[in-house]
Amino acid sequence: MKSKSKKDQGKDRSHIEIRRDWCKGCGICVAFCPKKVLALDENEKAIIERPDECDQCGLCELRCPDIAIEITTL
Amino acid sequence: MAVRDYIRERFMPHIWCAGCGHGIVMNNLIRAIEVLGLKKNDIVMVSGIGCSARISGYLDFHTLHTLHGRALAFATGVKLGRPDLHIIVPMGDGDATAIGGNHFIHAARRNIDITAVIMNNHIYGMTGGQYSPLSVYGRMATTAPFGNIDQAFDIVGLAQSAGASFVARTTSYHATSMIKIFQKAITHKGFSVVEVLSQCPTYYGRKNRLGDAVEMMEFFKKNTTPLGSAAKEKNPDLIERGIFVQEDRPEYCAEYKKIIKKAMGEQ
Repeated sequence: MKSKSKKDQGKDRSHIEIRRDWCKGCGICVAFCPKKVLALDENEKAIIERPDECDQCGLCELRCPDIAIEITTL
Repeated sequence: MAVRDYIRERFMPHIWCAGCGHGIVMNNLIRAIEVLGLKKNDIVMVSGIGCSARISGYLDFHTLHTLHGRALAFATGVKLGRPDLHIIVPMGDGDATAIGGNHFIHAARRNIDITAVIMNNHIYGMTGGQYSPLSVYGRMATTAPFGNIDQAFDIVGLAQSAGASFVARTTSYHATSMIKIFQKAITHKGFSVVEVLSQCPTYYGRKNRLGDAVEMMEFFKKNTTPLGSAAKEKNPDLIERGIFVQEDRPEYCAEYKKIIKKAMGEQ
């Protein structure tokens, strides 16, 4: 079986959950995501804008002061 | 266990401001405990007063929310009574080095097996932005409207000279190394001090025009360097992070146990 490229390895294997009622919209996850996956919506809550780009580094999860982000590997 | 299993969800969302570094510290403290595989019932969290002290309310361990600056005194009592439990004391810079300054140096001197996590945001956040013993010289605070003329403590140097057998520093930006440091601090037998540089965008950031939480974390990224790096030699103003002290020294509860044995034998 052909091994997946590094970019494809993250695809379809993780699920990012953001608890909107816990998120305070500080923007830390958005600013420090190496792949610019996240954004703030019109209500200043974090949203997943480009899920295909996520490579599961987990930094958003670790740096979220509101513990609002959870990445589960599928 | 998932991270959220350690949280008392009924108290969430927490009261900390948007972008507060203390939330990041709580987040990574849970992750360190999860990696260590510690049971919730094996941990006692004892806190004093301040923004930092709220952590004990949010986490589902045995928790004590005690008097300002006195958390280490309560924690000492708990540890002597139940030496088998892990004691973690989250503190702010004011709680640890001003109101509780004496408790702090003496807990370090005794080398009692407690993990003190000092969230240093350089200011009293909860009470309205007064300067603390960690406010940097020249910085603004509500009680220093023309700039602070006090010199700041160095928590690492203070803990080291008072006798703590594990001393480390990290920042809210450096999440992955924070988790590793917490793991080592919790498993270390003796008094462990972890200083975490944490941002207070609401007071310290706003009063000193340091920008929002993201910009304050960028500051930690750019102005700190791993302990012993070449960068520090070139730029002495850089703040070092890493483990400064990690030594095996007689631990207080173990010494006390010996005294009990000795006294019983002599009866």
